[in-house]
Amino acid sequence: MNLLEVTNLKVRFETADGIVNAVNDVNFSVEEGKILAIVGESGSGKSQTVFAMTGLLDHNGSATGSVKFEGEEILNLSNQKLNKIRAEKIAMIFQDPMTSLNPYVRVSDQMTEVLMHHQGSSKAEALKHSISMLDAVRIPDANNQIRMYPHEFSGGMRQRVMIAMSLLCRPKLLIADEPTTALDVTVQAQIMQLLADLQKDFGMSIILITHDLGVVAGNSDDMLVMYGGEIMEIGKTESLYSKPTHPYTQGLMSAVPRLNDSEERLITIPGNPPNMMKPPEGCPFSPRCNYANDQCSNVSPILSNVDKSDHYRACHVEIEKIV
Amino acid sequence: MSDQAILQVENLKVNFDVSAEGDMPWTKPKKLQAVNDISFTLNAGETLGIVGESGCGKSTLARAIVKMVPAESGKVLWLGNNLLSLSDSETRQYRKQIQMIFQDPLASLNPRMNIGEIIAEPLRTHYPKTSESDVKSRVSDVMNKVGLLDNLVNRYPHEFSGGQCQRIGIARALILKPKLIICDEPVSALDVSIQAQVVNLLMDIQQEMELALIFIAHDLSVVKHISTKIMVLYLGNMVELANSNEIYQNPSHPYTQALISAVPIPDPNIEKNKELILIEGDLPSPINPPSGCVFRTRCHKAKEICSKEKPNFIESSTSHSVACHFHD
Repeated sequence: MNLLEVTNLKVRFETADGIVNAVNDVNFSVEEGKILAIVGESGSGKSQTVFAMTGLLDHNGSATGSVKFEGEEILNLSNQKLNKIRAEKIAMIFQDPMTSLNPYVRVSDQMTEVLMHHQGSSKAEALKHSISMLDAVRIPDANNQIRMYPHEFSGGMRQRVMIAMSLLCRPKLLIADEPTTALDVTVQAQIMQLLADLQKDFGMSIILITHDLGVVAGNSDDMLVMYGGEIMEIGKTESLYSKPTHPYTQGLMSAVPRLNDSEERLITIPGNPPNMMKPPEGCPFSPRCNYANDQCSNVSPILSNVDKSDHYRACHVEIEKIV
Repeated sequence: MSDQAILQVENLKVNFDVSAEGDMPWTKPKKLQAVNDISFTLNAGETLGIVGESGCGKSTLARAIVKMVPAESGKVLWLGNNLLSLSDSETRQYRKQIQMIFQDPLASLNPRMNIGEIIAEPLRTHYPKTSESDVKSRVSDVMNKVGLLDNLVNRYPHEFSGGQCQRIGIARALILKPKLIICDEPVSALDVSIQAQVVNLLMDIQQEMELALIFIAHDLSVVKHISTKIMVLYLGNMVELANSNEIYQNPSHPYTQALISAVPIPDPNIEKNKELILIEGDLPSPINPPSGCVFRTRCHKAKEICSKEKPNFIESSTSHSVACHFHD
């Protein structure tokens, strides 16, 4: 069974300059125990998609559609009900751990608070549990380190604290929004390895939001490529990498410099990402697409199946022309 | 590409004074060695890539070369002249030939100047006698060169996207026709598709104008792509210096090996079966660096000798130098 099912999710923001349709008709699902990666450039709507799911949109944003978690609708629930789900079923970690931790409160208090509030544990119990969780994320000397303030940890350690905190209530789904973007590659490798180990130990699902195609390749089962608030391509990670069927996915893959080959020039995607105030007509990628025809700039393509597998793409151009 | 050395850095050291929390005003501040004994040569038309984790001294090294931070000792020879011994007014002469591009494209542009003024500013500063029509034509020349339409001169930085702002920064660096551009993380704030555009642009301009580049980045794949040789820094020390292909095929220093293995490769078949050399822990404090080899606290090869003796930076083969007691 799918743990999470998102259908026709739309997010719009009302701003002083007009309405921004940040996410348009997004459909996807997350299987139990699997990792789904959401890939896209800044402004593609990848973060707003998960913010909408968890009720974290800004006050001027609104979401429509349906988000079913374990078969129950969670979109636009009251804050009271969402709080329960957000702590116990769905947890989230963010890009910058320093801004997500309270700088004035010791890590021990920030962690025990979660358990005391949601599970009614006693202070001593909660502390014991928190220390064992810090052990699980491999923070050395957790017994003493838990007494420290967030600023006393390094960036990588802070992200570990965040992960430990998010896992306290054993969530079924962990949403990781660019968890390693602010970290060095060496630390990034440590954190990704840790997430993979924890995912196996706890049997949870992960939604991994990132723009780093290298991280996606090593750490996901399925992937979803977003552009201009719409899904461009979705499928198994292996099949998207071996056979990208959407011009945008293809462009993205070839624009990344690779350590393991020595091409002279990078292949680029011309132009700039769309201004979401005035998104292009039809396919949002059409103004930058080499294959675009008249149909592309008029009619928005719908997601359709590739080769009868679970690989879908939204493109008018025949596959044979692209692959 | 000519073999003429334009920039030689010899035993450059940069120290910062830092006082610890709770120190009394009269307590002598501690020395933080940000850049320690760095030497390299850069030829005309070459690109030197500098990589390392945050806090390893990459940016400080770049800033010390252009005298934006004072160096403790050492030499920076620009076409044979030691920049560090020159007075400020004499340095100005050479500043025209060395320009810089910075990481945050928007933050490095003055929000109250339109981009025509921004791009023309170095020209007006260094050649105040240039006529207004000359300035105009030079500005529109460089704008075309970096792929900006010259009818945009009257716009302000906030009206541009990140990639375009970085192009403006490049245009500003190019207007004086420099011989060397120091790029301090020029693409790390940009999206993948835009990053590729800017990297290609830099490489094109380099060929066209025979520029030398110093390219600082933490993304090793980008550095490898653009550089002729690469220097790996750790805690202010050079640990390895070699040609870019050489360093990726035969990394000799354990730190370089770990750094390269940590870079994710965008191919699930390779990436999921890759053997990671994980280095544990974080960068040690540069105020109190480990004795002997600076990397020994995180190194899987470390033996007793590493804590006692600092390894020399030795040439293991032509154009490949490494600082390790056990290099292979």
